[in-house]
Amino acid sequence: MTPAIPVPPRQVPRLALRGISKRYGSVVANDRIDVEVAPGEIHALLGENGAGKSTLMKIVYGVTEPDSGSIEWEGAAVDIRSPAQARRLGIAMVFQHFALFETLTVAENITLALDESMRAPQLAARIEEVSQRYGLPIDPGQVLHGMSVGERQRVEIVRCLLQRPRLLIMDEPTSVLTPQAVRQLFQTLRQLAAEGVSILYISHKLDEIRALCDVATILRNGKVSGTAIPREESNASLARLMVGGELKECSLLPRQPGEPRLELSDLTLPSTDPFGTSLHSINLSVRAGEIVGIAGVSGNGQKELLSAISGETSSATAAAVRLCGVDAGRASPVRRRRLGLRFVPEERLGRGAVEEMSLADNSVLTGADFGLVRHGLLQKHAARAFARETIDRFGVKCAGELALAESLSGGNLQKFIVGREIRLQPKVMLVAQPTWGVDIGATLVIRQALIDLRDAGVAVLVVSEELEELFSICDRIAVIAGGRLSEAMPSSHWSAESVGLSMTGVFEAAARPEPA
Amino acid sequence: MRSHRYWTWPLRLERRAEPSTIMRIASSPLAAVLMLLTGVVTLSALGKDPVAAFKVFFVEPFSSIYGIGELLLKATPLMLCALGLSVGYRANVWNIGAEGQLTVGAIAGSGVGLFYGAALGSWALPAMLLAGILGGMAWAAIPALLRTRFNTSEIFVSLMLVYIAQLLLSYLVHGPWRDPEGQNFPQSQALADNALMPALIEGARVTGGLLIALALAALSWWFGSATAAGFRMRVSGMAPAAATYAGFSAHGNIWLAMLIGGGTAGLAGLLEVAGPIGILQPVISPGYGFTAIIVAFVGRLHPLGIVFGSLLMSALYLGGESAQIELQLPSSVSGVFQALLLFFLLAAELFIHFRLRRPRR
Repeated sequence: MTPAIPVPPRQVPRLALRGISKRYGSVVANDRIDVEVAPGEIHALLGENGAGKSTLMKIVYGVTEPDSGSIEWEGAAVDIRSPAQARRLGIAMVFQHFALFETLTVAENITLALDESMRAPQLAARIEEVSQRYGLPIDPGQVLHGMSVGERQRVEIVRCLLQRPRLLIMDEPTSVLTPQAVRQLFQTLRQLAAEGVSILYISHKLDEIRALCDVATILRNGKVSGTAIPREESNASLARLMVGGELKECSLLPRQPGEPRLELSDLTLPSTDPFGTSLHSINLSVRAGEIVGIAGVSGNGQKELLSAISGETSSATAAAVRLCGVDAGRASPVRRRRLGLRFVPEERLGRGAVEEMSLADNSVLTGADFGLVRHGLLQKHAARAFARETIDRFGVKCAGELALAESLSGGNLQKFIVGREIRLQPKVMLVAQPTWGVDIGATLVIRQALIDLRDAGVAVLVVSEELEELFSICDRIAVIAGGRLSEAMPSSHWSAESVGLSMTGVFEAAARPEPA
Repeated sequence: MRSHRYWTWPLRLERRAEPSTIMRIASSPLAAVLMLLTGVVTLSALGKDPVAAFKVFFVEPFSSIYGIGELLLKATPLMLCALGLSVGYRANVWNIGAEGQLTVGAIAGSGVGLFYGAALGSWALPAMLLAGILGGMAWAAIPALLRTRFNTSEIFVSLMLVYIAQLLLSYLVHGPWRDPEGQNFPQSQALADNALMPALIEGARVTGGLLIALALAALSWWFGSATAAGFRMRVSGMAPAAATYAGFSAHGNIWLAMLIGGGTAGLAGLLEVAGPIGILQPVISPGYGFTAIIVAFVGRLHPLGIVFGSLLMSALYLGGESAQIELQLPSSVSGVFQALLLFFLLAAELFIHFRLRRPRR
């Protein structure tokens, strides 16, 4: 690797994309995109979901071929036909979703992913060397299951670094990390850049990009909408380039909450999945007219907690989950829905909606009791009318109520699912990752809709990994770690620091409420 | 900088932005055409004149009323089994044992006919139909129970029960149900006239069972598209997590799917014994229950597709028989054609979601 020398301007770019275009059917994912990445540069690729970031990265990494345009690698034109070829050129990629085997050790996982074969002791030594050098502590002999998402990401990064890349692509790397882990990651990335490794950093988080990146290329609707030096921009100016307009903030006016609508008392649930998280005596109360948020790094019991509330898994005792004053811990999801519970799950396709069904049919999924099924027969006209009204009211962009769920963008499908559940007159609203992967415009619509629900007297529980989101819409926040839930305290009592500390399971030290 | 050149496949598969409607409709006919072409090549390689072979296979068997009757006769059990199976397949319930349910349905239904036929008089046939359906359902209930209680795979259990059902039939016709006047042949007494299905067309063997099958096709269409239960089963098949989210009972779906599949297979078995066979014997089906699996997929799990698919499969059976006689081909030739059809169908389905594309030079 090259020594740490400041990068002089106007040298041969490490990677140059010239006029890259890619279309899928009628959708233009990339439209004549130009990007240049200098050696040792941390280059942000900023854009909303669907702006074309992922497609562009797939092209660079050889997963997809462009329809037109050219790629230059260190000054020479190349055709990148496969990921293996990209790796041989010196391009490595850390994916958003790690492709690791749960039952193998760190070293075994890395062996499987390496293009060259290496003897086990030699490999273990190399892993330790790289992990020490870049402050990425991992144990080569540890089995993967039981490792946190942050640790898994380190495995992925070490795997990439073993190949001595000259360009490292990071796809939304911080969405699964605690604030402390994010700082650690940034240090590693800065060190790599100082050694001459170029980094392409994909994200939609403006604060991070301003803190980390030298240059940003902003994409909108498949086109480059601008380039910027992020340090010299504000969040608002970057967001304008990303969205193409001004943004409204949502507001949370203080409000006196009413009676408890959702009560969890001593909810304990051993996990049935060997790689799942067991829940340990969870206590929580959500009252009418308030939004309670649950923060935490994914995989700490959120999934299990949500299923226990929704009824997809049954609790040991009926009293563990009370809905509107009724013991419901052993009730079916249908029964709980009749008690007034509505649920927006994290997975939109395949759980919150059926991919290959129309929006009208997807209304029947949870809306059967609202006149969409009568005498065991589907009421198709009623379902179409219901879907049409949901589309109109929540501004869902789609071809109509007969459009298949899979044809909608993530944000629009989420607007539809949230809208569907809101229109089914909730008393308790349970929402997981309300705006994950949703563009900024839709994010504001969804957040405002949740606040409106609260103001209408609904008890709202939001599970999210985006702290900024929880701080902006929640009256109270609790943190989940290792299947245990901290006390829910007013949002103003928390700081990003104390939430981050709680995410590691240290509740007492972090939960220091101000004296009343 | 050394420039690298790597050899890559000249064509690549790429996921389509959205599934192709054309391929969705065209995949079954395309598979049928490719099956025919491959068949022609195979027959030519065996030294048979392909044109003559084509005539033997697809023209001669159907040039008489009797032949057309045979086509409809063999299509009936295929259609019935495939209709029932497709309900389950749409809901991700994989009943592979229709052949066994068919056998037990035949045993139960003809048992009623043999032992109570005289007493029941004109009610004999309806009682037999009912017993056939219930027999098939009872056999299908075993894998349903084991799946819902112990989480066993309904695929293996239903498949293994096929062989148990066939041994049960064999035991009955060799032992307790054997016709004492039958010169020791392993078969029951013949069913009386009041226990036999009426013929549908003069001069052909096809029975009223065909009308039952067609009526059930219409019913299945209505069930799948208009009822809430059909909707729940579709959701379970397309997105199991969405079904759990919506609170649809997974156990209820498994029971319903297995009982419907078992019931139609049992009915098909009874209609065979109370129709063209007229007697209980060790073998009552040339594998209709298994072939029906192919029919269900050739028909893309849609009732109308299944009606056409069962006619096509029936034609392959008959063509294979006539090829055996006239071209001295081995009996496995119909199996080869069935397998080719399934093979091409699965290959064609890939192109609903993917397309081929040439990498840029």
